[in-house]
Amino acid sequence: MNEVQEIIDGVTQAFQLIITLNPELLQVTALSLYISLSATVLSTLIAIPVGGLIHFREFAGKRVLITIIQTLYSVPTVIIGLLVFLLISRSGPLGILGLLFTPTGMIIGQTILILPIMTGLVITALSGVDRNIRDTLVSLGATEFQSIAQIVQEARFAILGAVILGFGRAISEVGVAMMIGGNIRGETRVLTTSIALETGMGNFGLSIALGIVLLAIALVVVLIMNLITAGALSDSDKILGGPMA
Amino acid sequence: MIQMSGVSRTFGGRTVVKGIDLEIRRGEIFALIGPSGSGKTTLLRLIDLLDRPNTGSIRFDGSPTDGPEHERRAVRRRMAMVFQKPGVLNATVEQNIAFGLQFRGMQKNRIQKNVTSVLEMVGLSGLSRRRALTLSGGEMQRVAIARAIVTEPEVLLLDEPTANLDPLSTEIIENLIVRVNRERKTTVILATHDMGQGQRLASRIGVLMDGRLVQAGEIYDIFYHPVNRAIATFVGIDPVSGGIVQSNENNLATIAIRSVSIQAVTALRSGERVALCIRPEEVTLSLPESCPPATSARNCLAGTITRLLPYGPFTRVQVDCGIPVTALVTRRSSEELNLSLGTRVNATIKATAVHVIPDPDAADNPAHGMME
Repeated sequence: MNEVQEIIDGVTQAFQLIITLNPELLQVTALSLYISLSATVLSTLIAIPVGGLIHFREFAGKRVLITIIQTLYSVPTVIIGLLVFLLISRSGPLGILGLLFTPTGMIIGQTILILPIMTGLVITALSGVDRNIRDTLVSLGATEFQSIAQIVQEARFAILGAVILGFGRAISEVGVAMMIGGNIRGETRVLTTSIALETGMGNFGLSIALGIVLLAIALVVVLIMNLITAGALSDSDKILGGPMA
Repeated sequence: MIQMSGVSRTFGGRTVVKGIDLEIRRGEIFALIGPSGSGKTTLLRLIDLLDRPNTGSIRFDGSPTDGPEHERRAVRRRMAMVFQKPGVLNATVEQNIAFGLQFRGMQKNRIQKNVTSVLEMVGLSGLSRRRALTLSGGEMQRVAIARAIVTEPEVLLLDEPTANLDPLSTEIIENLIVRVNRERKTTVILATHDMGQGQRLASRIGVLMDGRLVQAGEIYDIFYHPVNRAIATFVGIDPVSGGIVQSNENNLATIAIRSVSIQAVTALRSGERVALCIRPEEVTLSLPESCPPATSARNCLAGTITRLLPYGPFTRVQVDCGIPVTALVTRRSSEELNLSLGTRVNATIKATAVHVIPDPDAADNPAHGMME
């Protein structure tokens, strides 16, 4: 009975915090978005060319490399946290940059975290483009660069899916944010670390409010993506074999 | 225009195209004909310089094509290929058609002008802003053809351009191919498994079987003088095997085949095993009492009708004359002669209409002369 009452109180309080635009809630949300969006953009800039190179070039060990990338899809966030911590801690090789417990450090950590899954999904997206398309482009006189650019363009909806998934993994992870950011209030505290902390302290209202915001972000992302693909949804069906969610 | 000599291509240990020697002449429509899997697509890809031959050489307009990729691209840009699958990209119809021109760095307004005029030519003007993937199969194939011809290629390669299309779309595309060839003097190389299409469009035909070019020549040669049983069957004649040349005087041979003796024009010497190809439209039927006298240049075989098959305005009449003979008569004359099953008729065939092909392994073919 007591627990149920706590939950009801928590939800009530959560809506109060959201409706009154609680400054701490806003600040934490903004920082979360900043860090995870930055990591997603960075990772996209790396994943498309790297994925393209792996897909279009034939080299020894290509299959092994792709298997490794796929294995890293599910790398635990705390392992990336540990790795980056060792790299950028004061005694580490990059310690001189002073990135530990900074948003920049967190961006680097999240970029590394989501790079494998985004690269892997870019490769999958490019493989999804019919081989016939590549032949067609070459026979139309495309240079290697022109045909790669066109095929990336052709796979745009599937690549967008990869970007969304990468962002989803970045904004929802706790390991890197906690270990590299350190959950410093007002500086490196993000939605997920905040929820962990506040729940531990018994502040269920704030935790629930943060949780609702996190889910709302996911919803907004899906809505934006549907909006982008709306005009071409029937086309993307044909390319992807099903509507994207 | 294009000279191939000794061109072979191997994929994973399997030689798909074997020692092809072929010259394509400027301005002609050349049809590569053969059953599925005979190497037509592979040969077209080699001509379009998408793949390199393992052996042999291909010369384009006199120049070798085995140079580095950028040289091959320069040659490739003088050609255009339409694949069996239209391969349209997820863009609008006009964007799809513009790709080749974009790759060549043409200015936007010139691209627009060319795209507009080619859209008109293929009859898709109203659909320029449609998403190409929402088009029907026939329309998509027209987009693919428009995309190829907008680059004004000297050589247009088409791989089964009408496979899986309805008759109307097929007709539109065939007309388009002929128009491009006539109006722009574009050399066209067309791969098809459809004999009729080859006959309708091409001036010359090459028959590919199991990776080899078994016969190349004018349409008439292929249809009336197939060099072997496989081609004969493929061009719609049922060769009757089991013949042996009895005598040959000045290329007029007497051939014993089963219970009958047939006069035919051939250079094959006496004693050779042969099969006979008789095109149904070369056979004249008459009632027994009115048989014209058999001369040295004409065969007259008595037989019984075993089957009548309606064939458009014609009737295919199968007659057992000791050897199976099929005649193509108009429906009207079939009625006038009152032909029916069991009717006794005489089949008249000119010696020049009997095409003789060597058939050394006739004994291995017990199913010879089976009628369709």
